[in-house]
Amino acid sequence: MKLQLHPLQTEILFNAGPVPITAEVVTTWVIMVTLVLVSWLAMRNAHVRGGWLQSTVEVAVEAIGDQIKAILGADPWPYIPLLGTLFIYLVFANLSGVLPDVVAPTAHIETPAALALIVFFSVQFFGIKEQGLGGYAKRYLEPNPLLLPLNLLSQITRSFSMMVRLFGNMMSHEFIIAIVLFLAGLFVPVPFMLLGILIGMIQAFIFTVLATVYVGGAVSATEAK
Amino acid sequence: MTIEMLSIIGAALAVSVGAIGPAFAEGRAIAAAMEAISRQPEASGTISRTLFVGLAMIETMAIYCLVVALLLLYANPFVK
Repeated sequence: MKLQLHPLQTEILFNAGPVPITAEVVTTWVIMVTLVLVSWLAMRNAHVRGGWLQSTVEVAVEAIGDQIKAILGADPWPYIPLLGTLFIYLVFANLSGVLPDVVAPTAHIETPAALALIVFFSVQFFGIKEQGLGGYAKRYLEPNPLLLPLNLLSQITRSFSMMVRLFGNMMSHEFIIAIVLFLAGLFVPVPFMLLGILIGMIQAFIFTVLATVYVGGAVSATEAK
Repeated sequence: MTIEMLSIIGAALAVSVGAIGPAFAEGRAIAAAMEAISRQPEASGTISRTLFVGLAMIETMAIYCLVVALLLLYANPFVK
């Protein structure tokens, strides 16, 4: 946990050539390396009767697959690489803010913006792949061609709201802890930090569920809301 | 009144007024979900998943207000 009192500014650690590297980017790299390493270690020698690490990873992936299947009502495995990775990364990113001297990458607007853009383009990609370009484009003319601007607008606003929801929740939580620390003292923010763990898990869940609902709406033959 | 003072008042108003509606809405949604779960406990999985998504949608309104408040406080375009 590292407190910053400006929600839109980021702390620049060092410059790689002309590109400034912020603390959040380094945190993201560490999370990426950890996840890749754990996945590689778990699946390096995959057996039918695997070890404890392989079994743990398999249970986690199966659980995510079951949840996504319950939402989509269809075979979830084409979408697990995107949605499962999204969920696991978000859990780690949101909970990394609990560690001392680490800023959660999702508590600054750039990471949620990137994730929302990924979801936005993936929804279009899966929709076109599943229904063809014409079939997917026709989706925007339903129920009436007059609603085309509104359909386009809803695509943009829902991505925007995904970004703002994740950013707002994670950032406001850090803010509340900073304010309570200033007002009350050392040990008073501890319950708020416990609440932050819950908030991080729930926001990761909500982001993934919404991405699943949007993908499901794009790939299913009938219009979702 | 300078623009800074007006921005602070505007930010406080945006959050305080904007939190009322979503708070009522979330309360009603949770009450309805509780009633549904108590009537039909076997459907609690589906109900709570839908509840979470719905709460996220409702909460968005409050977070929009928060974003407006933050823009007023930290990225106000009218303050030099």
